[in-house]
Amino acid sequence: MELDKIFVGLFSIGGIVFTYWFFLMRKDEEAVVVSTNSVDIAVDGGYSPRVISIPKGKKTTINFFRRDSSTCLEEVVLPEFKIRKYLPLNRKVSIVVNPKESGSYEFACGMNMFHGKIVVE
Amino acid sequence: MKEIKQSFPIRGMRCASCVKVTERALKKVPGVTDAVVNLATERATVTFDTENCTSQQLANSVATTGYTLELEDQNEEELKAEKEKDLSQLRSKVFISLLLGALILWGSFPGIMSTAPVFLQNFWIQLLLATPVQFWAGAEFYRTAIAALKHRTSNMDTLVALGTTVAYFYSLFVTVFPEIPMKLGMEAMPSFDVSAIVIGLVLLGRYLETRAKTGTSEAIKKLVGLQAKTARVVRNGKDIDIPIEQVQVGDVIRVRPGEKIPVDGVVFEGDSSIDESMISGESIPVDKTKGDTVIGSTINKSGTFTYKAMKIGSETMLAQIIKLVQEAQGSKAPIQKLADAVSSYFVPIVIMLSFTTFGIWYIFGPQPAFLFAMLNTVAVLIIACPCAMGLATPTAIMVGTGIGAEKGILIRDAESLETANKINTVVFDKTGTLTHGKPDVTDVVSLGKVKESKILRIAASIEKGSEHSLAEAIVKKAEEEELELEKVTKFKAIAGHGVEGTVGKDKVYFGNRRLMEREKVDYQTANELLSKYENEGKTVMLLAVNGKLIGLVGVADTVKETAKAGVKALQKRGIDVVMITGDNHRTADAIAQKLGINRVLAEVLPDQKEAEVRKIQATGAKVAMVGDGINDAPALAAADIGIAMGSGTDVAIEAADITLINKDLKSVSSAIELSKKTMRTIKMNLFWAFGYNVVLIPVAMGVLYPFSGILLNPIFASVAMALSSVSVVSNSLLLKRVNV
Repeated sequence: MELDKIFVGLFSIGGIVFTYWFFLMRKDEEAVVVSTNSVDIAVDGGYSPRVISIPKGKKTTINFFRRDSSTCLEEVVLPEFKIRKYLPLNRKVSIVVNPKESGSYEFACGMNMFHGKIVVE
Repeated sequence: MKEIKQSFPIRGMRCASCVKVTERALKKVPGVTDAVVNLATERATVTFDTENCTSQQLANSVATTGYTLELEDQNEEELKAEKEKDLSQLRSKVFISLLLGALILWGSFPGIMSTAPVFLQNFWIQLLLATPVQFWAGAEFYRTAIAALKHRTSNMDTLVALGTTVAYFYSLFVTVFPEIPMKLGMEAMPSFDVSAIVIGLVLLGRYLETRAKTGTSEAIKKLVGLQAKTARVVRNGKDIDIPIEQVQVGDVIRVRPGEKIPVDGVVFEGDSSIDESMISGESIPVDKTKGDTVIGSTINKSGTFTYKAMKIGSETMLAQIIKLVQEAQGSKAPIQKLADAVSSYFVPIVIMLSFTTFGIWYIFGPQPAFLFAMLNTVAVLIIACPCAMGLATPTAIMVGTGIGAEKGILIRDAESLETANKINTVVFDKTGTLTHGKPDVTDVVSLGKVKESKILRIAASIEKGSEHSLAEAIVKKAEEEELELEKVTKFKAIAGHGVEGTVGKDKVYFGNRRLMEREKVDYQTANELLSKYENEGKTVMLLAVNGKLIGLVGVADTVKETAKAGVKALQKRGIDVVMITGDNHRTADAIAQKLGINRVLAEVLPDQKEAEVRKIQATGAKVAMVGDGINDAPALAAADIGIAMGSGTDVAIEAADITLINKDLKSVSSAIELSKKTMRTIKMNLFWAFGYNVVLIPVAMGVLYPFSGILLNPIFASVAMALSSVSVVSNSLLLKRVNV
């Protein structure tokens, strides 16, 4: 086999391995513990912080602030709390949650491509 | 200038000085013409020009005072204006990208390039045309993709950015260094048409998808739009128009013909006919008089009346309905789990497949191998459409729950909507659900020459003093027929028998057989009639005057007008209908027979209803229980689907999976129909979204090439991709045509 083909073969295999490692072997972020009763989440190519930890049985305001113009992120959905909110660009949208049970609650964009997590302790 | 008046919740205020500080902060914002802060309601009503001032500016200004202006209740108009602005920008990008892309295509596509002006065939001109498309129109793909990469996540923008970047930079390289590919035996042919047109078409798809998506949330917008803006409150004998947010519980509100009722309340004075169709879906206006409840946002048709506000703000029925529909639209259907699982891995897998495609085509493909490898890789990246999978379920749920709300069928969440599809047994509570729950006079029979109206008049006169529930029905009937009641003396209630008294000079006995036997009144002539009525589930009262039987009055709990049709509609669907009641078998059977129900569970105490529902479930049936939502709460909760018949503002929407605020029993069948249609749409959407990717990604990789020579041009890939999510959303919108 010619050298260029060997190189392209290795490049492709390397690309596959890198993609798998980069996207699918990502470790879960450490949860940002919310000690006050509100937390800001930036919406820009995902959610930052992606994982927040809030106390059980206490009202917590989650302020989403979308900086990303992608329509993908224009809605945020918290299915367990039955909340679907439109996030206007560059504007704070506050969502109040009051979880009664401990556990892990996912939130995602309207198309379910970007994810975040609320850990209730 | 577009001036609007909007109300915002303010948090953190404690005293009157807080009010002043907040008002000052709001009035300072350029564009604000007025600001009124109410400490009691913790709200600010601000009049401002939307072209010079945004809600966010108001929030920022209030924040400087240490209080918080909540932007949760964002002004719909403002949001709409923003969305329109975004859409207009997107439209410009689509137009410019496709125009520039078409010019490049004309100058570069074999077959048509010979007809193009020479300058369009120049690679440098093509580079000039493709660059703004790539980095201006396509900027948002880069922005999102880069931001996502920082989080080690990806989405469709990642794929589009990758695909078009590969095509653009390959073309740039070929344009700048044409001798290098030529030395490698390749034709120096750039593919600027691919990068530009793909961006244009993907943006076009996004534009169409956004337009279509606004249709899915129309129901909520309609409901929000129903809210009245002002109320005419009577204060110190004067009518004052105030913003609806300032209405307090207990305020007396005047409503004139043709006006909207601002908040929920009870009629204080006057009567009218009210159109409640916007809330209940019921088109016939409802008559209201003193003491009746009225619902905010319904329309007063005829008379002027005043009423006392009982529920305001988030407590009103409309606010509860909006909240419920919003919650249902934010919930997730179990059927979505598969799509969720796939979409989490989808984009990384497509990127891995694109590397595979590139390697295989370069190593094993025909010459020019690099060009084939590059174009097929771009096609794989572009054709993959995770959005269609993400949109398949929620868009249909949004449309389905919205249609339900418009028809007076409130669905609690997506799971309830999904479960209702599997219902094969419907258990109806009898009293108050299939029947009115209150006895009505059904028969007045004369056994001699005395007229029926006189029999009713005597019966009602003597029953006027009784507290028995049947007495109320008889007196009501006499009032309806405008009979003048006579004065009764020596009235006496005889427990378990009936009543006695003197009407004029006549001694009157009115009651059951036992009373007649006690007073030695011969009732044998009425025996046959008595048995007939009793077998029909009616309670029969005999009327004797001066020791002689002259007539009888039949009283029964009457079935609702829509009950029979409701039961029939379910049976037509092959659904088993069961009636459950605490009544005795004879009464229960009589009602069941009238409604065509074959399965009756009679003499079931209220606390046993839940157990009966569970017994039916144990046979493998999927059970819906239909009740009044309050008394039947345990049985409603035990059933797979609890359906509550809501009435007025007492709607117990929290207790049930589905609430029928239209009180129409045919809606039980309609709710099941709506569920079936929504689920069918979801399954079609998922089939299309999965099928599209499963079939077309391999085609883009070139699996058909060895057998048929078919390859997918990236431009066609982008057409298919743009149409895939649009078709899913459009299919969901087709649900609106469903007649339930």
